[in-house]
Amino acid sequence: MASVGKIARRTFLIGSAAIAGGVAFGTYMVKRPIPNPLLDDLADGEAAITPFVKIAAEGVTLITPRADKGQGAYSIQAYLIAEELDIDPKDTIRTPGLPGPAYYNAAVMTEGSPLPAYDESATAETIRSVLRVIPKLFALQMTGGSSTVPDMYDKLRHAGAVARETLKEAAAIRTGFARAQLTTENGHVVTPDGDKIAYTDLAVEAAEIDPITDVELRDPKDWRYLGKPGLTRIDMEPKCTGAEKYGIDLNFDGMLFASICANPGIGGALESFDASAAESMPGVQSIIEVKAGNAGVAVIASNTWYAFQAVNAIECEWGAPAYPATSAEIFANLEAAVNKEDNFDHRQRDEGDVDAALAEGEVFEAQYRIPFLAHAPMEPMNAIVKVTDEKVEIWTGTQIPLFIKNRVAQNLGIEAENVFVYVQPMGGSFGHKLEMTHVEQAAEVAASVKGTPVKFTWSREEDMTHDYPRPASVMHARGKIKDGKVDTFDVSVSQSAMAPGWFGRLTGIGIPGPDATITTGSWDQPFAIPNYRVTGYRAPDMVPVSSWRSVGASGNGFYHDTFLDELIHKAGADPMEERLRLCLHEQSRKVLEEVAELSGWDGPSMGEDKGRGVAFCLSFGVPTAQVIEVTNTDRGIRIDKAFIVADVGRVLDPMNAEAQLTGGMIYALSHAINSELTYENYGPVQNNYHAYEGLRLYQTPQIEVRILENMSGIRGVGEPGVPPAAPALGNAIFAATGQRIREMPFNKHIDFI
Amino acid sequence: MRLTVNGTEHEVDVTSDMPLLWVLRDELNITGPKYGCGIAQCGACTVHVDGFAVRSCQLAVGDLAGGHVTTIEGLASPEGLHAVQEAWIEHQVAQCGYCQSGQIMQAASFLETNPEPTDEDIDAAMSANLCRCGTYPRIRAAVHAAAKKLQEA
Repeated sequence: MASVGKIARRTFLIGSAAIAGGVAFGTYMVKRPIPNPLLDDLADGEAAITPFVKIAAEGVTLITPRADKGQGAYSIQAYLIAEELDIDPKDTIRTPGLPGPAYYNAAVMTEGSPLPAYDESATAETIRSVLRVIPKLFALQMTGGSSTVPDMYDKLRHAGAVARETLKEAAAIRTGFARAQLTTENGHVVTPDGDKIAYTDLAVEAAEIDPITDVELRDPKDWRYLGKPGLTRIDMEPKCTGAEKYGIDLNFDGMLFASICANPGIGGALESFDASAAESMPGVQSIIEVKAGNAGVAVIASNTWYAFQAVNAIECEWGAPAYPATSAEIFANLEAAVNKEDNFDHRQRDEGDVDAALAEGEVFEAQYRIPFLAHAPMEPMNAIVKVTDEKVEIWTGTQIPLFIKNRVAQNLGIEAENVFVYVQPMGGSFGHKLEMTHVEQAAEVAASVKGTPVKFTWSREEDMTHDYPRPASVMHARGKIKDGKVDTFDVSVSQSAMAPGWFGRLTGIGIPGPDATITTGSWDQPFAIPNYRVTGYRAPDMVPVSSWRSVGASGNGFYHDTFLDELIHKAGADPMEERLRLCLHEQSRKVLEEVAELSGWDGPSMGEDKGRGVAFCLSFGVPTAQVIEVTNTDRGIRIDKAFIVADVGRVLDPMNAEAQLTGGMIYALSHAINSELTYENYGPVQNNYHAYEGLRLYQTPQIEVRILENMSGIRGVGEPGVPPAAPALGNAIFAATGQRIREMPFNKHIDFI
Repeated sequence: MRLTVNGTEHEVDVTSDMPLLWVLRDELNITGPKYGCGIAQCGACTVHVDGFAVRSCQLAVGDLAGGHVTTIEGLASPEGLHAVQEAWIEHQVAQCGYCQSGQIMQAASFLETNPEPTDEDIDAAMSANLCRCGTYPRIRAAVHAAAKKLQEA
């Protein structure tokens, strides 16, 4: 593994140089099959036909390893297997299984490709195929990047088909019929005589034969579940009855409860603390200095609330972390890096002759900025950990179970094979649970009371002040118009690098080369502008930052589309028509045409104090356009209606896809309107929902959604609804008021109802 | 200290200032009510006390004064799910679902007092319940659907 790690490290992402230089993975490592982990502890009478299906007398188990943060991952994975296996997923046992290399996510890195998603040339496809290999080498079992469906679409249907054919083979041996004569129906193999043999009844025989792997996947027109308009989520009823158990809800005999106050300056030291008041508070069992993850002081108590109360009574002296103390200093550093040669990171788009075009005539200039953002899912970070001399068990909702396994093993000095991570359903994440500081802390706390399970919970305040936020950034833009058209578009974005710091935090391995996230969602848009340049500048590392729903596109979608809208208005063109004229990608153009039709687009103006805006962003391979209509009322801006059109290639669960696109838009509008983290004394000022409100029901417009299926392949839809929402709103506000807002959150510049 | 939750009486040994939420979750292992903010900003902890929606993170258990507590686990009747729960399932409201116990308890209590709400009524009654996944449009539709079910029942 060491040599593979070294090779992969040298070639790992993201800039075109690393990829174009060739990736020297031996086919052995790439093609080597990964052992089926279910075979390791299979009981007598159980068959693990693939890593995703286990058959036992007690039932059929479907392994759905991509984690569920609320996006419906468990449900759709179960349906993908069930579609081929011929079983109602509601009749199965469903589990994410134990994390392992067999569950690597091949699709998680394709968004980092140096060629844009609309490029389907052989070169672009080759690069994507290389990017699908790296996760296997690194055993990246990760959920994120809207990759669950693209990664699992073939894999799980194939697993279901292999299991089905193997069960048929077992039945063929038992009955004497040929396998081709047998059919399957709702958990049973059916013989030509009409006899039905339950899958569970075939477990013993199926375990004794080699899996039948030469299978053909069913034609989508024969599907029973996938793509059907009425397909419902398997986890819906338990979520409406209180029966759904999230990580924070699990209970074990003798369990204790803990919380922590850690340094708000992430990475700073704990200089000293005084816990004398806390020691004698009700329910308090012990007070522990914690070093792992982020230094702080934890309390173990008989109830989470007692732990919170005691933590609040501890006085700590914190050392300063290695970054500036205030937002003002941070933004000064971001501004200082724009267009500075020393800070140049990458330029993945450079068409025409931008310098020559901008050397003469009227040049429009504008400066933009976006703030740090917390993820703030409803379920705060938590983990239950039980440490014994033999093993460590961890129950937590996470997107990165293998990183947790390895890190906790390292921290506690135990073999990784003796660390067991049981992934739980999450009450939201939005990228928050791509981090593991809380688990490191929980493990250290639990190690102080060996043999006792400890439920460790961050208070909301701890959660928001110790988030690794969406990076803040700034953009300087210049542009020109010519003959009523957009002619020159030149934007420079400055941001601290995100991906290298994050990956380094999780693995100890840095990522060399450029950080694509600085311009993702901007350089890769399907437009043909005569002079077109997008440049990323890398500001120094400051507040440690992470992925936030839609990652780079969350800010760059706003930058790119809003500045494009500015130039279109200056050119006197119609915002819809000019985007269509500039669009060079057929499927993206269809998305724009469809949203124009759906919204009844007839120009940005809708009468006095009313206006509409359109925005477009291609992210995660999904072209997405949104139109928002607003009214400028006496009490502020009201969002009246919204429209979303996206092309996902193929829709598997229409109701959920609509929910994801709608939810993405609302999540984005929440932050566009009223949310930011500002830093004082090294930590964020906003520490709970009163200061970081998001959208409420009364502010939420009616939203109409249409999903197209013109793109090739299949794409994930958890994130693409996010990027166009802020620019669509800003563009609508401009249409209604003439006020152009270039900074989020917008409520710094205009009132909202 | 004694309290009645979902028709069952419990004895707990906690300080009287402990919020009801933490008595339910950590003492009684009734985990439908969720911890989201602890400061009455999100509504994920909403339960009924004598039929009225209450933020259980703000009600000290010592102030319960004999009030009967109903959590999401106790909302359905032996005959079946509550109309609000049925409507939530039909409209496939939940995404992560973490706020939905509170949303459903809020809606059930609200429809008791306003059986035929308008969109504006729903906005006013439900806007203190935060949903970070953005399920609001379906919440609005499901509350209307539940109102209809209750009328027809």
